[in-house]
Amino acid sequence: MIALLIRDLRLAVRAGGGFGLGLAFFLIVTTLVPFGVGPEGGTLARIAPGILWVGALLACLLSLDRIFALDFEDGSLDLLATAPIPLEGVVTIKALAHWITTGLPLVLAAPVFGVLLHLPAAGYVWLVVSLALGTPALSVLGTFGAALTVGLKRGGLLLSLLVLPLYVPTLIFGAELVRRGASGMQTDTALLMLAGITAAAVALVPFASAAAIRVNLR
Amino acid sequence: MSIWEYANPKKFMQTSSWALPWVTGLAVVALFGGLIWGFFFTPDDYKQGSTVKIIYIHVPSAMMAINIWVMMLVTSLIWLVRRHHVSALAAKAAAPVGMVMTLIALFTGAIWGQPMWGTWWEWDPRLTSFLILFLFYLGYMALWEAIDNPDTAADLTGVLCLVGSVFALLSRYAVNFWNQGLHQGASLSLDEKENVADVFWYPLLLCIAGFILLFVTLVLIRTRTEIRARRLAALESRERMA
Repeated sequence: MIALLIRDLRLAVRAGGGFGLGLAFFLIVTTLVPFGVGPEGGTLARIAPGILWVGALLACLLSLDRIFALDFEDGSLDLLATAPIPLEGVVTIKALAHWITTGLPLVLAAPVFGVLLHLPAAGYVWLVVSLALGTPALSVLGTFGAALTVGLKRGGLLLSLLVLPLYVPTLIFGAELVRRGASGMQTDTALLMLAGITAAAVALVPFASAAAIRVNLR
Repeated sequence: MSIWEYANPKKFMQTSSWALPWVTGLAVVALFGGLIWGFFFTPDDYKQGSTVKIIYIHVPSAMMAINIWVMMLVTSLIWLVRRHHVSALAAKAAAPVGMVMTLIALFTGAIWGQPMWGTWWEWDPRLTSFLILFLFYLGYMALWEAIDNPDTAADLTGVLCLVGSVFALLSRYAVNFWNQGLHQGASLSLDEKENVADVFWYPLLLCIAGFILLFVTLVLIRTRTEIRARRLAALESRERMA
């Protein structure tokens, strides 16, 4: 499993595009928003948590179709399916690799983008915490969408239609956590709900993804 | 009589061709009876005026929108567990009906909300979760359309329906947390003595029955169409082989 993780990370870094692209996309989204809503600090500060979360979500979506597509095309997915480790484990590792290459950079870079959007000082800790807790769920749910559409020629658009509704609960609790943290309110409920959703998604969704891959490899 | 008999398409076609005229007739009677009773023979509400009559379309369509998804969940499960082919086709047939019901509920809700709340749309938990449900219907139908092999499509949409159900439910309660509601609470619960006044209640029941029968009619017709389309595809491929 560790070998698989290292292989996926290496592919993501060396094949180009995947690693920095999500981050660059996140930067562009945060740059474009002030052009759209105007440069007043007050407005930006109020919508900053939502914008940062939606941006993270879209950046995550960008690289989802690459999770299984390349392996499906060159046949290595068939080998992985017949490998001694269960397919559920393969899916989890793939999700982890996707998170390390897109989710983790977003978590680390988010405070910088928070400065661009005048996020209130109290919000920075909660921004990092919420993204660190929430983005693994985004990656795991993404594997489900990618597994459903892996056999399709042009699955990209369909993938986003399938996956984005699944992101709703994570987005609600993630953005709410930052908003409450930034305005100094109680954060326990949102924090626990977000962590709960991520834990449940990481535990259960790989089974659904693996089932979908098995159907597609049939 | 068990549902497993109807895994045989021939048996299903026989029974449904017998049942279809009856269900259609009953649906027409209940729907027109309920709507005409509701629209012309019930009094206006003292506060809402005649807009209260939107209830006869809004409530049944909203109930159906949710229940059709539940029906799709059950039929998908039956397909995934027991490979009941007609069941998978019924789930496929129900999805567009459910989507339209969701749209009707959203639109009648907007028309009702405008005079009552002074807004067409509000990010209220119920309204928002219906919009999300609509997105789930769209994704489900799009996945059916995108995949060529019918068995693969049935399997994948079945899995999507299971996962989607969990997340639709999760979203339903998550939006509660996110925004407080403008929509009124449940007012048709069975365990309460009187929910809405009886004058509105009886025609509403008839309308609900009409919507359910309408749904059964449409699903039967659409499932029969799907079976015929499958037979046609099989014949065509046999032709090509010969």
